Amino acid sequence: MEIKDIQEEIIDEFSMFDDWMQRYEYMIDLGKSLPLINEAYKTEDNIIKGCQSKVWVHAELENNKLIFTADSDAIITKGIIAILIRVFSNQKPQDILDADTQFIDEIGLKEHLSPTRANGLVSMIKQLKLYAVAYQTQIED
Amino acid sequence: MLDIKKIRADFPILKRNVNGKPLVYLDNAATSQTPQQVIDAIVDYYQNYNANIHRGVHTLSQEATDKYEQARNKIQKHFNAAKAYEIIFTSGTTHSINLVANGFSSLIKKGDEILVSAMEHHSNIVPWQMLCERTGALLKVIPMNQEGELRMDVYDELLNNKTKLVFCNHISNALGTINPIEEIIEKAHKVGAAVLIDGAQAAPHLIADVQALDVDFYTCSAHKICGPTGVGMLYGKENWLNKLPPYQGGGEMIAEVTFEKTTYAGLPHKFEAGTPNICGGIAFGAALDYMNAIGFEEIAKYEHELLEYATQELLKIDGLKIYGTAKNKTSVISFNIEGIHPYDMGSILDKLGIAVRTGHHCAQPIMDFYKIPGTVRASFAFYNTLEEVDVLITGVLKAKSMLL
Repeated sequence: MEIKDIQEEIIDEFSMFDDWMQRYEYMIDLGKSLPLINEAYKTEDNIIKGCQSKVWVHAELENNKLIFTADSDAIITKGIIAILIRVFSNQKPQDILDADTQFIDEIGLKEHLSPTRANGLVSMIKQLKLYAVAYQTQIED
Repeated sequence: MLDIKKIRADFPILKRNVNGKPLVYLDNAATSQTPQQVIDAIVDYYQNYNANIHRGVHTLSQEATDKYEQARNKIQKHFNAAKAYEIIFTSGTTHSINLVANGFSSLIKKGDEILVSAMEHHSNIVPWQMLCERTGALLKVIPMNQEGELRMDVYDELLNNKTKLVFCNHISNALGTINPIEEIIEKAHKVGAAVLIDGAQAAPHLIADVQALDVDFYTCSAHKICGPTGVGMLYGKENWLNKLPPYQGGGEMIAEVTFEKTTYAGLPHKFEAGTPNICGGIAFGAALDYMNAIGFEEIAKYEHELLEYATQELLKIDGLKIYGTAKNKTSVISFNIEGIHPYDMGSILDKLGIAVRTGHHCAQPIMDFYKIPGTVRASFAFYNTLEEVDVLITGVLKAKSMLL
């Protein structure tokens, strides 16, 4: 599935909820179902700064596509990561770089997060794109 | 008995809704809310006598100067300082501490020792670390026990004739512990060390008598005692304030300026360079008036009731642990539920209209001590109610059912 289609799917899912309690419950469920990251990747180097909770992201290239795995010590943060991974994992680096992140505004994620968490969300996206830049050059090499 | 209904009516913000729910404000240790009486003082200043102080010949300037100095006198009286000029207006506790730490640069030498408690706010750790870096002095830590009480036996061992300064908060912001500052001060003085007590968390709950305590420096922020942000005070004994060099240069703090040499103004102006937060200082005085009219004894009694009830009800929740269980503590409860990140708990509570603090509360060493990333902190003020404690409990249970 292309990034854009996955984003549409997520917008649809979020539009079903009446209030933010339900959205939180959904994100918590997503967080709980996030596949576990290999413990070896939960290193200081892989921590994303800018979160009140800890976030680890690991990326590797498989068949020219980037596979992200991630974890957090906070469950709502894990839910946010799960959404981002669903969108950006298993995609070509160039597609990740080209993708816009308008869907985040459309599901109203940012405005319903605390300021520190919203900053964390921005840092996470930045980090995923940075991985894409790094691996894009590897492919070109 | 406090008339809580009447008191709550003084605070316009308590009427608002947050996320569609009535606001339950339990983040008072971070900042307190502002009563109409203080808001009126701020409005009155800007509407009627806004002017620069101390140097003006005109009427407005005179009126503003009088009110500002009256506020200083109120603060002096409140903390029972011997002289009004021992009260320095600052931008808040952090500024006060930096002023003293900076001043001690010239009085501390390599090999001297500085003691801080293990439960300090970062603002009472970092300035002293910087002072140690500048001077080569050694920073030593008074440890605490699992209950969050200072190990006074270790304090006794740490004190020696190389100890020049001791810093400790009166009440811990993260744990609520009331520290035995009388004993800390007395013992420090026996080895000739000066003592600074950070009263930021104590000022909303009790009155510190600086002369009875015989403390060398005491500091607090107005915004934690129903006053505005950006203003606070430093009390210093006259002889210490005279020994410390000025912190910042500028207008107001000088006696005479030539390009060859400047002589400094006397106390308190030596430490009050530039146009101060005039309105803030006056509103600080109004806030003390407000709280004194209610009465600190009554406030302490009522807050203790809130603390006891909230502690009792929170402890009924399975898996909940309270950090900071000192016998002597104020209405601050830091807690976690096993398996739940404090940040998640805080986010859900916010959606329910309940304002709490989450994280390390600018006291990372305490979190390291307990080996936790942070806590959820509910801190109560005299305008909170037992019903709000119930809302908190229901909220915590709801969050727990969602998050586990």
